[in-house]
Amino acid sequence: MANGNEREMSLSRVFWITLRRDLMLAYRRRNDLVSPLMFFLMVATLFPLGVSPDPQFLSEVAAGVVWVAALLATLLSMDSLFRSDFDDGSLEQMLLSPQPLSLLVFAKICAHWMISGLPLTLMAPLLGLMLFLPQEGMSTLVLSLLLGTPTLSLIGAIGAGLTVGLRKGGVLISLLVLPLYIPVLIFGTGAVQAASTGLPVGGYLAILGAILALGMVLAPLAVAAGLRISVSD
Amino acid sequence: MFFDSFSDFLAMGGHGFYVWLAYAIAVAIIIYNVVSPLLRKKQFIEQHKRRLKREQRLAERQAAVESGEQS
Amino acid sequence: MAKSWKMPTWFYRLGSPRWSFEIMGKLLPWFAIGAVVLMVWGAIWGLAFAPADYQQGNSFRIIYIHVPAAILAQSCYLLMAVAGAISLIWKMKVADMVAKSCAPIGATLALLALATGAIWGKPTWGTWWVWDARLTSMLILLFLYIGVYTLHSAIENEITAGKAGAVLSLVGVVNIPIIKYSVEWWNTLHQTSTFTMTERPAMPPEMYLPLLLMVIGFYCFFAVVLMLRTRAEILEREKRSGWVRELVEAS
Repeated sequence: MANGNEREMSLSRVFWITLRRDLMLAYRRRNDLVSPLMFFLMVATLFPLGVSPDPQFLSEVAAGVVWVAALLATLLSMDSLFRSDFDDGSLEQMLLSPQPLSLLVFAKICAHWMISGLPLTLMAPLLGLMLFLPQEGMSTLVLSLLLGTPTLSLIGAIGAGLTVGLRKGGVLISLLVLPLYIPVLIFGTGAVQAASTGLPVGGYLAILGAILALGMVLAPLAVAAGLRISVSD
Repeated sequence: MFFDSFSDFLAMGGHGFYVWLAYAIAVAIIIYNVVSPLLRKKQFIEQHKRRLKREQRLAERQAAVESGEQS
Repeated sequence: MAKSWKMPTWFYRLGSPRWSFEIMGKLLPWFAIGAVVLMVWGAIWGLAFAPADYQQGNSFRIIYIHVPAAILAQSCYLLMAVAGAISLIWKMKVADMVAKSCAPIGATLALLALATGAIWGKPTWGTWWVWDARLTSMLILLFLYIGVYTLHSAIENEITAGKAGAVLSLVGVVNIPIIKYSVEWWNTLHQTSTFTMTERPAMPPEMYLPLLLMVIGFYCFFAVVLMLRTRAEILEREKRSGWVRELVEAS
């Protein structure tokens, strides 16, 4: 009665199993994990080279540069979220499984954040140092990224779900998703800039948290709908 | 009438270039939006007419071949 | 308890492409007349008869196309999302075609609002572009339209493309208020402009009546071009059906 047991499987167990599977898969392909991080580092290096190495100027733009670089790095890793599952057919298995698709999708997004957003967040202080971000802003930079990058993964997953069946998915995702990233960017950089000038940051972080909560509730549903549409084709 | 003369109206108190440029772009976009679906419809009707005629001719020829085989 | 909830009959009739094609054909001339009369009347009134603004002089007359275009670009996105939702829920072909037709029209309207805003900015602020809250939101709206349009054209299967576009536009509709709020907040933080072009205390009636005419006229114009596009779309998708064949052969 394997089938019966599967149906009785609790939702939290399904979540953990999917999460573990995706993390395991990512661990087997460790080299792929490094490239978004290297991209993150390189984009941030281009700014002093392209604009000016003046510490005064760099400390002003540091928050924005780190955030834009994090946003682009997340976007870069987004295409792979469903790609390999789509290619080997396991995505179709997920669509057919009795468990709610949005839950499976949510687990996959969580795993994706742990292997892309979380390392970016941990690496951000290094970039902050390179760009002379004021010391007061450093903790807020990490906190804002910690609240903001999951939202980036959630919104990006909508674009990835809608374009999974398409050959030129990668570029298309950026077109679909970048405009939707703007509020996160605004409040994320706003928080860091406020912290750098010694202003309270509670409000910004609260809004970032609210956007994250909204995204956690709605995005998996949209991703699931998008996957059903693009896979059934 | 707000303006004293027609040339005053065209000059728009020195802002004529901006005002008329804005209205010209508006007219261009309005015309584009009206004309492009009309052209598309016309093109479709012409193409479809040809396609239908071709299919008809094909059917007639097929019918002729079949009747030839039977006799 | 389980009382079945029904929409009015005309709603179901809209599901028939043929019926929609014909009813749109009947409505078209009326909206066309309304659009021409209102827009010509409004433009002449606004250009030649309305008084000049005491601060901006005559360049303020650009308001009579900038504001209607901006309002319509936003309504068009909303309509696109609603039509998309209808096509997802009731599997209504015509709603899908309406949603598809909205994207290019809305994009051109957003472009018009941006272009007129930039032209207006030159005499008002001295530069072609200012990161003003309204202009920035309009630019983001244009990006959203471009996203929906590109997704539509990237997917070959029309039905899949329609559904994917509908999901994306619904996501966009949830995001638009957040984007608008965040951009406005960002703008007040950075104080790029000292006064906004279109927000002013109490316009006199000679100024806002032509604006009202233009807004209604633009809505009529939008109805006209939306119906034109949807009708062309209906013909192309229903080309295998008998009534399209008859219509084509009769023409």
